[in-house]
Amino acid sequence: MNGETDITGAGGVPDPVTADLRLSVNGVPRPVTVDTRETLLDTLRESLGLTGAKKGCDHGQCGACTVLVDGRRALSCLTLTVTADDVEIVTVEGLADGDALHPLQAAFVENDAFQCGYCTPGQLCSAVGALAEAAEGWPSAVTPGLSAPPRLDETEIRERMSGNLCRCGAYPGIVAAVGQVAR
Amino acid sequence: MKTEARPYVGAALERVEGVEKVTGLARYAYENFPDDLAYAVPVQASVARGTVLAADVDAVVRLPGVIAAIWHGNAPRLAPADNAELAVLQSDRVAYRGQYVAVVVAETLQCAREAARLLRIDYDAEPHDVELRADHPEMYRPDRVNAGYPADTELGDPDAALAAAPVLVDATYRTPAEHNNPMEPHATVAVWSGDGLTLHDSTQGVSALRETIAPLFGMPPENVRVISPHVGGGFGSKGAALPPVVLAALAAKHTGRPVKLAVTRQQMFAVTGYRTPTIQRVRLGADTGGRLTVIVHEAFEQSSRLREFAEQTTTPTRVMYAAPDRRTAHRLVRLDVPTPAWMRAPGEAPGMFALESAMDELAVACGIDPVELRIRNEPAAEPESGLPFSSRNLVGCLREGARRFGWADRDPTPAARTRGRMLVGTGVAASTYPVYRRPSRASARCEPDGRFSVRIAAADIGTGARTILTQVAADALRVTPDRVRVEVGDTALPAASLAGGSAGTASWGTAVVRACEALLEELDLRGGDVPAEGLEATADTAEEVGEQPEYARHAFGAQFAEVGVDLDTGEARVLRLLGVFAAGRIVNPVTARSQFVGGMTMGMSMALLEESVMDREFGDYLNHDLAQYHVPTAMDLPDVQAYWIEEDDPHLNPLGAKGIGEIGIVGTAAAVANAVHHATGVRVRDLPIRLDKLVR
Amino acid sequence: MRPFTYERPADVRSAVAAAGRPDAVYLGGGTNLVDLMRLGVATPRTLVDVTRISSRAIEETGGGLLIGAGVRNGDLAADPLVRRAQPLLARAVLEGASGQIRNMATVAGNLLQRTRCPYFQDVTKPCNKRLPGSGCPARTGDHRNLAILGHSEHCVATHPSDMAVALAALDALVHVEGPDGARTVPMPGLHRLPGDEPDRDTVLAPGELITAVEVPHLPFAARSRYRKVRDRASFAFAVVSVAAALDVAGGVVRDCRIALGGVAHVPWRAEAAEAALRGAAATPEEFARAADAELARSSPLPGNAFKAPLLRNVLVRTLADLAEPAEPAGFAESEPVETP
Ligand SMILES: Cc1cc2nc3c(=O)[nH]c(=O)nc-3n(C[C@H](O)[C@H](O)[C@H](O)COP(=O)(O)OP(=O)(O)OC[C@H]3O[C@@H](n4cnc5c(N)ncnc54)[C@H](O)[C@@H]3O)c2cc1C
Ligand code: SF4
Ligand code: FES
Ligand code: FES
Repeated sequence: MNGETDITGAGGVPDPVTADLRLSVNGVPRPVTVDTRETLLDTLRESLGLTGAKKGCDHGQCGACTVLVDGRRALSCLTLTVTADDVEIVTVEGLADGDALHPLQAAFVENDAFQCGYCTPGQLCSAVGALAEAAEGWPSAVTPGLSAPPRLDETEIRERMSGNLCRCGAYPGIVAAVGQVAR
Repeated sequence: MKTEARPYVGAALERVEGVEKVTGLARYAYENFPDDLAYAVPVQASVARGTVLAADVDAVVRLPGVIAAIWHGNAPRLAPADNAELAVLQSDRVAYRGQYVAVVVAETLQCAREAARLLRIDYDAEPHDVELRADHPEMYRPDRVNAGYPADTELGDPDAALAAAPVLVDATYRTPAEHNNPMEPHATVAVWSGDGLTLHDSTQGVSALRETIAPLFGMPPENVRVISPHVGGGFGSKGAALPPVVLAALAAKHTGRPVKLAVTRQQMFAVTGYRTPTIQRVRLGADTGGRLTVIVHEAFEQSSRLREFAEQTTTPTRVMYAAPDRRTAHRLVRLDVPTPAWMRAPGEAPGMFALESAMDELAVACGIDPVELRIRNEPAAEPESGLPFSSRNLVGCLREGARRFGWADRDPTPAARTRGRMLVGTGVAASTYPVYRRPSRASARCEPDGRFSVRIAAADIGTGARTILTQVAADALRVTPDRVRVEVGDTALPAASLAGGSAGTASWGTAVVRACEALLEELDLRGGDVPAEGLEATADTAEEVGEQPEYARHAFGAQFAEVGVDLDTGEARVLRLLGVFAAGRIVNPVTARSQFVGGMTMGMSMALLEESVMDREFGDYLNHDLAQYHVPTAMDLPDVQAYWIEEDDPHLNPLGAKGIGEIGIVGTAAAVANAVHHATGVRVRDLPIRLDKLVR
Repeated sequence: MRPFTYERPADVRSAVAAAGRPDAVYLGGGTNLVDLMRLGVATPRTLVDVTRISSRAIEETGGGLLIGAGVRNGDLAADPLVRRAQPLLARAVLEGASGQIRNMATVAGNLLQRTRCPYFQDVTKPCNKRLPGSGCPARTGDHRNLAILGHSEHCVATHPSDMAVALAALDALVHVEGPDGARTVPMPGLHRLPGDEPDRDTVLAPGELITAVEVPHLPFAARSRYRKVRDRASFAFAVVSVAAALDVAGGVVRDCRIALGGVAHVPWRAEAAEAALRGAAATPEEFARAADAELARSSPLPGNAFKAPLLRNVLVRTLADLAEPAEPAGFAESEPVETP
């Protein structure tokens, strides 16, 4: 069945609820008025003009919308913007230092780590987060023991990046690029 | 940009738009923001067959932020379309579950989505039939199959040959429906101004899209501009115009507002095409030495009630192996299902799964090495047409692949090797893909400062087209690539064929070469003087492409796979995949490797992961998201390698290139399935090979 | 999504009060709730964001670890205390979802995530869990990934969490704060079988807030294993999973803990298998007997009958690996046995 039976009756459809927020994106304060239903992904793309983060599924299943929230990788499609007023958000647009590409960005170009490029911003933010996690000694599902710090070999990189789908199949380049920067 | 010594064709140039893509600045269709923008969210039918009785659009337009709710009862009329899928909101009939039956336009995405959710639609539902069966009473022979091939072919007396064959393989293979699932969902931003329409659209071909859309709205093509500089993958699904782009244009027209519309991932399983499921019976007759005497390949497929799309599943069998007696056939049934369409190597991918699995079964039956078996059946000319091959290096690919893969000492005994708790095995299969070339136009322009620009309405959907055409132009103009700027993806540029059939490089490359040659001629005439306003030349390859001498033009390849199957769980994983291809001249080894590897990865995925599950009760593809429909992660294919044999084929095009975008997927699934058989002794004839088919 | 008001209560008391309003729900990491809201499956009118007030601490208590409800799954698996004292839990969490999702997901939210049954997630189709009384199309339709144990004619859904399977094996206690005060709910026992009320996933009353999870020390669980079987090599829900810890001395099983994922409406504690094992010889034959004892309670449907042999094999293998440390692994190479 499509639709709800009674959308006009009493208690029917509530009005949208909005909130005024001050986001911090790529180090810049960004005041916005948002609908509480808005996700960070839609706010970034539709209101702030930051279209780097991509919408591949809108349900946490592809990783294309990955951004960094307080330095940790997170999915902007499952983050309600109203919840993000007291955190630091970094998107792919904030990775480079002026004209100097982030080492991962440069490594992606060098290793042909993409084709269509649509998963790429998410891959990049995810890789930044994954490298930070590894540097802090976080294990992954493929880490042999839980006590020793992980060694970022190819399998580790593949597992840690498995939340980012690439339908073009650019994984060999992605793994090589992340490995190059990890070393 | 790195530049290297000429010729640039063949050089490893980095992707010219690489920096744009890694910085997030590359703009895809949905990322356009005309003033006064509104958001459109479509509503899908919740019955698989029937009529729409009513849509409570009045209730919905009173909701906050809603601008309009459109259904067939109030939709602008479109001109009749050849393709009934494009008659969006033009009738009350529902032909499949998930068909677009309404659209809501609102000031914000949130309001539009909510109103679309709330919009009540009443149907008169009818019983539906969504199940593909080979013995379906409504099976028929289509007049032609996709790409214009005849539905059936026959040579000699295959039935008599089958009866007489000393060795016979007779097996039925099934491939499921599969969805292209490019990472970028189909999206359109539609802007009307006067009687002109601008579409920012995620299309594989701006020119073709304009030719399709304009007449629907009663306009000449010139009134439509399609812009598409970056496309987030398509794999065929963005090749032809689809309901969403029509709906976006219609909604914009109805509301008088620029409208953006993105298909959701879930909706993509209904409205953006898919690979038809197939049931294929293959019969191979051979002598005891494995020489084929007869090949019969019959395919059963589905299409929707709206449109006949008949995939060319058995056409590769017309090309692959020698045998005096042979038959290929296609049968189609129209069901209450979404319309299938192109998906990477339509026809070849499922067809070669069946043929190359059957060849493996024949190798086992004859006790012959599967590489050797294929070499023994190498034809001297194209088996059905008798035409000479412009070049054919299947044998070279098989030998080179066997050498690189370490095939030589393979023990053919199935289920005889373990590594830890894993059964391991290896398999091989051949690949093929036709060489197409289509007419295109291009222009080349020189500025007084010595810079060049090349314009062509081609598409770069991730193939590297922009980069390759830069190399092609640099060589043709005899300059370094950094002096050449290639513009693609806009109907304001000279019209070009779409990115499909692996024909981009051949088609657009030819046009670019001809335009550059014409420009150099002009320049020569002027003694090298460039006027202040610049100098431009154009080319149109219609005539050249039309006059090709008759040859059988195909790329070939060989795929080798090593798989491991967990003894306890039946989990199968590809440990290693190696492909060798013969595809003419490789214009750019970097982007070409990515194309081959990408195709092979999708082939691995076809073998082990992908299946769109038809829900019989409700009539839709049930697992309609990326958590349920699995495409590979980085963990799924730890080792994939692509190599190629350089071919010098003078019968192709000025570049000597065959297509490379699709051949990588062809044969891969069979190589994996053959390896699974070698590992386990279990012959899985229905894809995907998931653990429930192997666990004991 | 239906419009909703967003609240960020200052403390647990006001959170519980706010949740008493009609159609109010708690928001954790949002990775399940926001997903379901976008699908129209969840239509709350008020979101009570508890992430700022939920404890993100992991502390050693006398008898075990006390894990704050707001601890993110990523932090949980990375925590040195958890890695040392509860490796089974760390392993189970690491097998779930993706790095990004684990960074967002909270302990409480993970426990209360809802089934991935395809019909449940599609509001255009009937489903007893979503719309009581509307029917269960999964029974006759697609149920490949659904339950073989403890299901009812009303619902055959599975609970999708990996973490919860480990917690069920480890006898965790869930600390809850509600309108009527605080209480603890033991695992297993938090989740309930569908019976004729499949809309209720757990025994929690409306408005009850999970504040912490306590995992008692179980010294022999230092030798433990979480084995997850899935269709894709990573980033996929379990087809089936086994969490097991084994205490073997002199070739005899002194004690064991076994819980199963992907097979029931709850993280399934394999009590029959455990009972069969205690005091039995630590041999493959006994492991198989124990698996059969558990499977005797199963009633697979046509489309998921393969789960019975699959589960048997995985259970036997997992126990054998725990009993026999030197055993080389298949794909389980990636999921090592934790040793003290
Ligand atoms: C693509 C994808 C793949 C996944 N794969 C896996 C997997 O392989 N294994 C696995 O285990 N999980 C998997 N998950 C699920 C994921 O682990 C859960 O979504 C997550 O753990 C939920 O936690 P959360 O904090 O985000 O919960 P939320 O989404 O915030 O909440 C979930 C539920 O818990 C309630 N809730 C939250 N906090 C409290 C509280 N303190 N007290 C009471 N109620 C509360 C909410 O009201 C809601 O009903 C996957 C998810 C996605 C999207
Ligand atoms: S199994 Fe449960 S969740 Fe799935 S359709 Fe049936 S009632 Fe709904
Ligand atoms: S768009 Fe967020 S995970 Fe796919
Ligand atoms: S580059 Fe196209 S999806 Fe990854």
